[in-house]
Order: sequence, then structure tokens, then C-alpha cells
Amino acid sequence: MTTPSRYWREIPQRYRGEANSCEKCKKKFFPPRLICPKCGNRDLAKAKIADKGKVLSFTIIRVPPSPFKDQAPYAVGIVELKDGVKIMGQIVECDFKDLKVGLPVKIEFRKMFKEGHSGILCYGYKFVPDS
Amino acid sequence: MEGIVGYGAYIPRNRIKVEEIAKVWGADAPSYKKGLMLEEKSVPSPDQDTITMSVEASKNALKRAGIDPIDIGAVYIGSESHPYAVKPSGTVLAEALGATPEVHTADFEFACKAGTEGMFVALNLVKSGAVKYGLGVGADTSQGAPGDALEYSAAAGAAAFVFGKKNVVAEVLDTYAYMTDTPDFWRREYEYYPQHGGRFTGEPAYFKHVTGAARGLMKKAGMKPQDFSYVIFHQPNGKFPFKAGRKLGFSKPQIEPGWLVNKLGNTYSGSSPLGLTSTLDIAKPGDHILLISYGSGAGSDGFILKVTSRIEDVRNLAPLTRDILDQNKNYLEYGEYAKFREKIRKAD
Repeated sequence: MTTPSRYWREIPQRYRGEANSCEKCKKKFFPPRLICPKCGNRDLAKAKIADKGKVLSFTIIRVPPSPFKDQAPYAVGIVELKDGVKIMGQIVECDFKDLKVGLPVKIEFRKMFKEGHSGILCYGYKFVPDS
Repeated sequence: MEGIVGYGAYIPRNRIKVEEIAKVWGADAPSYKKGLMLEEKSVPSPDQDTITMSVEASKNALKRAGIDPIDIGAVYIGSESHPYAVKPSGTVLAEALGATPEVHTADFEFACKAGTEGMFVALNLVKSGAVKYGLGVGADTSQGAPGDALEYSAAAGAAAFVFGKKNVVAEVLDTYAYMTDTPDFWRREYEYYPQHGGRFTGEPAYFKHVTGAARGLMKKAGMKPQDFSYVIFHQPNGKFPFKAGRKLGFSKPQIEPGWLVNKLGNTYSGSSPLGLTSTLDIAKPGDHILLISYGSGAGSDGFILKVTSRIEDVRNLAPLTRDILDQNKNYLEYGEYAKFREKIRKAD
């Protein structure tokens, strides 16, 4: 179970895709890093991830962790965004038979899970087909 | 002059047909379809609510507005289905857009009128100079009790409007509010489904306030129905807006572009605001538009808008409302619908 403080710390990334990029080698990091792992540069600028991309790989989750049990079965995929960032997330609003590598998708703001009957509602990004 | 700088819509992909609901309750689908002038309605997915739809509609509004979200000084969501009883919806929206922390946020509630309330306040804060841009959103995942007439119409959707003083797509020439204490529809604390006064929701409630607001606003502005290219009324079903239009002297072609209810259902706080988005999608520079909302309880807000030439430049920067409504539909059976809307009692 997520605590409100942990959820709160991830809001900039989960809600609006806040990233950063190395001013020297122009590589984008999501989630943001303090130091560029390639060149050691600490001069990282604020950036945002692209909101569209394509599916690189996917799987269907049929035995989920408990917060997601009402959502099963659901698809999870690795998506390469238009800016080259690769992130993992649920792919929703798509029949499993239509899921394929290379499928164009876009980010939508969705409810990720509820903390039981009375806990907080956790929001973030999921992918939907871009058509 | 103050007005709408950007507008956006969001409608979930799921639909359920009147026949599918009527089949479960042994009701006569053709008479419901004829009586309500309704064919199907939108249904939110389990991971969608007023907050998520508000975020998506607002992102579309920002695409058309072309402004930095940090310049938004006020964020208001009007809804009767805020996901939390205590904790604002607007803070999530403001955070998701990147408008925090120097922003005023509040959630509005007034049955189906809450959306235009948020728009009214955002507009007037811009007008007063208190904020540079104000965001007003109408959104709902409305509930109808199983088997009740409301179940055929209670739908989901959101519309968002960024108000500002420069680069407006539609100037707001005048506004008006008309309300009385009329108990036509209500939901008490801890009750899951709303109740309504049946036929009492018609003449003394919807028609009195909608026509009262429209007549009052036109008189205030010195305008008549023929001066408007389009009019949008709140759409609890298909018939009411046309009947209100006839009473006031508006013609079918003035109403039809913003009349979405037959394929969308009643999106409550999103209803007339979504009708405004689909009207702006086809309006031409110089067109005058009359918007009249309605919320049970009861009251109506009125807006007179004049479309500017900027509409042609921004219209296609975000999805058009009719396209969202007509494309990528996923039809549900009643069982899936009942699961999605949490109408099934489960063990913990």
C-alpha cells in the first residue's frame, strides 16, 4: 500500500511527466536525475516527456498485485516516446487482440488505483491507442 | 475584451444503448428512446472520474489557448461527482497542468449547473484583473439509480474553458443568473443515488429557469433570438432543449450544433459546456452564441458570446467534440456497465 507521502513525492512525474535533460549530452531522464550518468554533469535542465509514442513490448497481467485486482486482466507495456524516453505503463482502452508492437499510443491522465475503500485515490499516466 | 482563450472537450469511449438498459429492467426501449429522444450514453471506464476527464479536457483547452499554464490564476471544477467528499478535485487538476502553486482553486457544486458556475467566476476574476487567466471546467460521471429513468441518460464527459483578456476566440458580451429554491432533484449526504420529482423537474424547474434566464439575459443585452447564430441549452434529455427553444422563439438549426444528448446522454455539469465546445467547433467569426445552463435546486446561468477570427486558427489544435463523440466507441453490455459504475456489491 502506498502512503500519501510517497504518492505525493511522485506527483510531478506521475501527473505531468516532469523530466530533466543533460545540458551537455542532451540526454533526457525520466524520472529526473541529479547527475548525468554518462558525463557526470550536474547542470541538468527541467524538461517534460513527450505525450505520444509507440509500443515496444507488452504483456497481459492476469494475476495482479492487490491494489490492481479489480482491473485484471490488463495490459502493461514499454513505450518509446517521441523524444526517445522509454517508460512502462498500463495500456488501456485497447482490445488485447489489437495490441501489437509498434502500436501508436498517447498518454492519458487516469486513476491508477484506490487505497481500499477509504484511502487516497492515486492518479497518473496510462497509455491509450492514438487514433 | 474578456472571453474564452481556449476550449477543450473530453468524452469517455464507452457507450451503452437504451435497448441494453431497457432489456434488463423489462422496460419498453422504443418508448424510452422516443420519450427521451436518446439512443445511447457515454460511460466512464473504472479508471476515469471527474478529475481525470477534467485534466484531459483542460489539456485540450490549453492546446487551443497556447498559454503557459503557470499564468493560470484560478482553477475551478464544477461537478456533482467530485471523487472525494473532502479533498478538492481542483488541486489535482492544477497540479497536472503545472499551474501550481500560485493559483486559486475551488470545487463547485450545483447539480448540472456547477460547470457554468466555475466558468462565471473564472471569467469575472479575469474581468476584475485579479488573475491573468482563469480556468472553468464542467465535468461529471453522473449516477442514475438502477432501473430509474435517469439511468438511461446519466452520462460522463467534461468541457474546459480558459478565460483571458487577449487573443480570445469568443468574447463574452454579457452574463446573467436566474435562480430560486426549487427541490426538483437532490441527493442527501451518504446516499449513493440522487432522487428527483418526476414531472416536477419540467415546467416549474427546467423550463421556468431556462426560459427565465434566456429572456432576462436577452432583455439585459437588448437582443432577440434572431440575433444569435446558435443557442445551447442544458440537455437532460433530447426533448427539453428543443421545447425550451420553441418557447423562446429559437429554430432547430440554431440548437442542433450544440445538441449532443441523443448520442452522449446527460453529462450534468458538462452538458451545456460540451454543447458550447461543439458549437465553437463550427462557428464563424462574428457569430453570436447564447449559452443557458440549468442546475436542479434550481437555477440557470446565461452567457452571450461573440466569436472572433482567432477561432479559425485554433479550432484544429485539439480534437473536435463531434469527432470525440463519434469515433472509437466501445459498446458495453449491462453487466460490464454495472461493474464499471460500481453498481455490483462485492465482498472486501
